[in-house]
Amino acid sequence: MTTRIYVPRDAAARSVGSDATARALQAEGQRRSIDIQVIRNGSRGLLWLEPLVEVVTPAGRVAYGPVQPADVAGLFDAGFISGATHSLSHGPTEEIPYFKKQERLTFARVGITDPRSLEDYLQHGGYRGLKAALDMEPAAIVGAVTASGLRGRGGAAFPAGIKWKTVLGVSADQKYIVCNADEGDSGTFSDRMVMEGDPFVLIEGMTIAGIATGATSGYIYLRWEYPDAKAALNAAIASAYEKRYLGENILGTDKRFDLEVRSGAGAYICGEETSLLESLESKRGQVRFKPPLPAIQGLFGKPTVINNVITLASVPIILDKGADHYQHFGMGRSRGTLPIQLAGNIKHGGLIEKAFGISLRELLYDYGGGSLSGRPIRAVQVGGPLGAYLPESQFDTQLDYEAFTEIKGMLGHGGIVVFDDTVDMAAQARYAMEFCAIESCGKCTPCRIGSTRGVEVIDRLIAGNNPAKQETLLRDLCDTMTYGSLCALGGLTPYPVLSALNHFPEDFDTSARTGVPA
Amino acid sequence: MAKVQIVNTKALGPVVSRAQVDAVLGICAALKSIPAPLIPILHAIQEKVGFVPKDAVPLIAAELNLSIAEVHGVVSFYHYFRQDPGGRHTVHICRAEACQAVGAVEVEAHAKRTLGVEFHGTTRDGAIRLEPVYCLGNCALGPSIMIDQELHGRVSTQRFDELMQDTRAATAGEP
Repeated sequence: MTTRIYVPRDAAARSVGSDATARALQAEGQRRSIDIQVIRNGSRGLLWLEPLVEVVTPAGRVAYGPVQPADVAGLFDAGFISGATHSLSHGPTEEIPYFKKQERLTFARVGITDPRSLEDYLQHGGYRGLKAALDMEPAAIVGAVTASGLRGRGGAAFPAGIKWKTVLGVSADQKYIVCNADEGDSGTFSDRMVMEGDPFVLIEGMTIAGIATGATSGYIYLRWEYPDAKAALNAAIASAYEKRYLGENILGTDKRFDLEVRSGAGAYICGEETSLLESLESKRGQVRFKPPLPAIQGLFGKPTVINNVITLASVPIILDKGADHYQHFGMGRSRGTLPIQLAGNIKHGGLIEKAFGISLRELLYDYGGGSLSGRPIRAVQVGGPLGAYLPESQFDTQLDYEAFTEIKGMLGHGGIVVFDDTVDMAAQARYAMEFCAIESCGKCTPCRIGSTRGVEVIDRLIAGNNPAKQETLLRDLCDTMTYGSLCALGGLTPYPVLSALNHFPEDFDTSARTGVPA
Repeated sequence: MAKVQIVNTKALGPVVSRAQVDAVLGICAALKSIPAPLIPILHAIQEKVGFVPKDAVPLIAAELNLSIAEVHGVVSFYHYFRQDPGGRHTVHICRAEACQAVGAVEVEAHAKRTLGVEFHGTTRDGAIRLEPVYCLGNCALGPSIMIDQELHGRVSTQRFDELMQDTRAATAGEP
């Protein structure tokens, strides 16, 4: 009897050697004449256990990790083929508390299925959302998305249904669906994990968006830094075309939807939707003025739905299980689930999909197990490089868009970057300005020039060169950037800068650090 | 082949060879009918030639009926496109926050010191070009680097040295 063994093909798993582990398993099985089949799945998201090897037993999938090639012979000796215990075993995968406590809706299949297999996708509930949508009027599909409470998961949290409704309401000879897969925020990798681990769910979500709004053409704008995601998407798109889930006459209906992946070229700003559209048009990725909104004049001047990967990948389950089912999760105006990414200096980093409302503290300590270094956690940055640095006193904040706005932070794309007590917060503030200077598109002055001046002012402040005056100047500059910038890059860079200054003033005080009065 | 005559290839200088001109023109011909072809063409050129030669810019502009300034503007806007040959391998080191939190600053300093180059520089033996990158999406397993298209996580300074040795060994074995 063939024993099936899962070894992730996910880029994070590959980055710590899962390819070599897969090869070693194959070779050792052959050497011992044990009939095994190695399947390359997505990652379960328990990234500190990668490469995580799962063996299919009559009692379910049993996890071993991290498994390096040197461990393989020992696993065979211990009888892992039948799920036997070993120093690397973690028991049934789905009983591991980190995984068991999650609420996986968007990530329902990630780590479970073979992302290259359309059959596997169909067997695990795939394309049920599309089938439901094909029986509905466009307005009813849009209505379901609105009723689900789904808000843009890219960071801006704009209600997806309202965007879709606008596009549906405009008549045009051509409309587009654009997927923002320019996941540039440090600390985030949920888009990558979905695209690599369950690419069909994104394709299905985009197809539904097309049918709902009357768009027949779609683009996935993917950052170049994700070659594995590109390969996974292209393979899935080819299968979907072959089986009539894309192209003309989708599933025998008169609906059409074409889809293509386009590569970015290393520009953080292209995660901003109008800049992304410019880049898709093969221009410099400079931010556009709004209005007109992309929903009215987007790609090539046509009405365009532009949503993040997670937003679009959450649509199939909404159509399949109903808006109520999705809406039932969450708190306040933040409905559904958020794929949270625990990153940086954290013992148990990975992906945690949970309903909105979980506290930072629970994530950092119950899930994360504290810092990787074992030192106290001093600060966390939530929401990417434009998100605020939060001190321990704010760790009880619940993950909810409005709760974060209240503490002058933002939830963004759900990335949490953890720092221990060796972090120099003045250096982090300086880096935030430096990053803005490197990545500014140059269109508006507060961002283009303000960021460079910001680095200089912080340098003088850290050097103790008339610090009171520099601080006043820095706050004034941040004010100008916040209110004068065209988009979120210049507008939100003050978040990490000012939160570092407000919560960790001691790191900016040279006399305190060196004992020499400024 | 009328298009070739627009540019005097003899005047292109040493960076662009006849083969590179043919590659650029071939790629333009294959892709210019797709919507908004410039960035896909630049990607294809960089993949095939290793970089986007400065002297290819007028060729691309002529092929796409764009001004030289427009093409130059796009090439120079994006960090990924480069206009000099660089090394046989490109090593991108992540500089972003999640990697900083687990020692990326030390890895970066170590890389620059041991390779003897700054960012955008190429080692003397032509093997490795060093580039910064802002997030590789491997934020729970940092510090991360990418060697050509291959991602590596948990890269300590020691691991970095091993990887560079492997990369150079791979180069030496190539024809």
